[in-house]
Amino acid sequence: MLLNIAKRLAQALLVLLGVALAVFIMLRIIPGNAIITMMGEHADPVIIDRMTEELGLNEPITVQFLRYLKGAVTGDFGTSYSMHRSVSELMGAAFGNTVKLALAAAIFAWLLGIVSGIIAAVRKNGLLDRLFMGVSLLGVSMPVFMTAMLLQYVFAYLLHWVPISRVTDWRGYILPAIALGWNSAGSIARLTRSTLLEVLQADYIDTARAKGRGQLGVLTRHALRNAMLPVLTMMAVQLSSMLSGAVICETIFSINGIGRLAVQAISGRDIPLLQGTILFSTALVILGNFVADSLYAVLDPRIRRGSES
Amino acid sequence: MGDKNVLEIRHLRTSFFTQKGEIRAVDDVSLDVPEGKITGIVGESGCGKSMTARTVLRLLKYPGKLVGGEILFDGRDLTKLTEKEMAKIRGGEISMIFQEPMTSLNPVVRVGKQVEEALRLHRRLPAREARRQAVAMLDAVGIAEAEKRAHCYPHELSGGMRQRVMIAMAMICKPKLLIADEPTTALDVTVQAQILNLMKRLRDNGTSILLISHDLGVVAQVCDTVYVMYAGRIVEQAEVCELFDHAAHPYTRGLLGAVSSLGSGAATLETIPGVVPNLLHLPAGCAFSLRCGECRADCAGHLPELRECAPGHRVRCHRIGEVSA
Repeated sequence: MLLNIAKRLAQALLVLLGVALAVFIMLRIIPGNAIITMMGEHADPVIIDRMTEELGLNEPITVQFLRYLKGAVTGDFGTSYSMHRSVSELMGAAFGNTVKLALAAAIFAWLLGIVSGIIAAVRKNGLLDRLFMGVSLLGVSMPVFMTAMLLQYVFAYLLHWVPISRVTDWRGYILPAIALGWNSAGSIARLTRSTLLEVLQADYIDTARAKGRGQLGVLTRHALRNAMLPVLTMMAVQLSSMLSGAVICETIFSINGIGRLAVQAISGRDIPLLQGTILFSTALVILGNFVADSLYAVLDPRIRRGSES
Repeated sequence: MGDKNVLEIRHLRTSFFTQKGEIRAVDDVSLDVPEGKITGIVGESGCGKSMTARTVLRLLKYPGKLVGGEILFDGRDLTKLTEKEMAKIRGGEISMIFQEPMTSLNPVVRVGKQVEEALRLHRRLPAREARRQAVAMLDAVGIAEAEKRAHCYPHELSGGMRQRVMIAMAMICKPKLLIADEPTTALDVTVQAQILNLMKRLRDNGTSILLISHDLGVVAQVCDTVYVMYAGRIVEQAEVCELFDHAAHPYTRGLLGAVSSLGSGAATLETIPGVVPNLLHLPAGCAFSLRCGECRADCAGHLPELRECAPGHRVRCHRIGEVSA
């Protein structure tokens, strides 16, 4: 078990290093000059040269990369070209907003998805099943920007129930959370339904019924524990991807999160900021997968290694 | 003990309603399970023996449905009970063990917990006492180091061990009736013998058992009375010795002929020609007439009654009295 974790951690670090290298190289081969973006088209060539030197952009790319890595390990991702503040500081401030949004969206998605998935499975082919599965198909196939703008139009513009964007208090998070969680709710509902239906066919469900468990007991004590294993994995992956920044949702609702920061970095050709946000997101996704795998091992004794007996 | 029956099934009918039509899996089956005895139902796959067992506990899956008949247990007709009342009987008064010990235990729950579950459900015992009894029961069914094994997950145990756990689980509430659906089919021969001995011991301690099997050897070893089923109907019933010595129905004789024995010196194994008929297209008369070597012209036309051919020995065949037993 410990060896497994160590192996996975080593793999995760390698992936992170690879992503860092790829991003570093790509950002240097795309056209456009960060200094010109910063100083304006008509800046004095002398000043441009001096800035290039100051930022170390005239050095060989390998030297630049190694220096960047050295900083990244200690949490220093450089200074943003466009906002003139340290990247880690900017990301730290943005991450708080992203966490709030992600948690709200995840809780909405999971509650809705799991409950409707269970009801659909129990009432297989019934009216509720058809209704929930129809809606969830809509959830899975509707892009975030469409959900977001529809919600804004109906609940903010027409009904004035919630602010249209610019989060000032918790009410501002309602629409973004629904827009961001809508997709996930759909996939969670469908996965819950299908795994639960499969599990309900298992022999040990018959055993549980033969023991005298009623429908509810069979469901909660025997079926759900088995059916939720793949669902939990999906939940962990969903949360990590939400935490790594919801680019579209944050932009539409003007939430100053990681995703919006990345968009600002792209439009400002802010290389250090962009590198930082991408690395951060990658790390979160890797972490999410790692947590999902470990959860699976904890919950399913068949996967656990070196257990007793 | 005497002649009292724990379970009396009367004219039981269970059908599957499919798009192609009604499949009569259990067709007018009547049988008795006497107290303190092992009663066997034997037949090929698909003859309705498992469905009979499941119907008794009302554990039918869609599209299976109980169509008619009575299941008298302890003076009550189980077909009339609500789902809630049925749940109280399942596991408490009648319990069941299944064919596949590999998949019949919940993979994510420790076996000790699974054994105590019925106790806690039906007897409402506190956790510590339930655990103590569960371990004692695991020990009683022959699991060594029961205390330690109770902490295992099913995948950590062998097939024979798991079937013992299943039996412990079924026996924990001391039910009046144990239904065992092919309890030894998935096991090695040596383990099979141990499990059968265990079942005999349970009977000697007063448990009535309804044993479902396709294996005549198993039936001969443990059963007191045997019912032979074919295509959803009972075709013969007798005490075990009577059945093996004087099998009357051509199907039963075919089954007995198909049992291999090392000493017989026969080079080829005898078989019953043909396969179990499609239950959707059964002849109006004797369902075995399609494969029967002694079939007459009118056999397929009308259904033979289950008639007594010797005391306690009943058989469903037109040619009884004509064909030599």
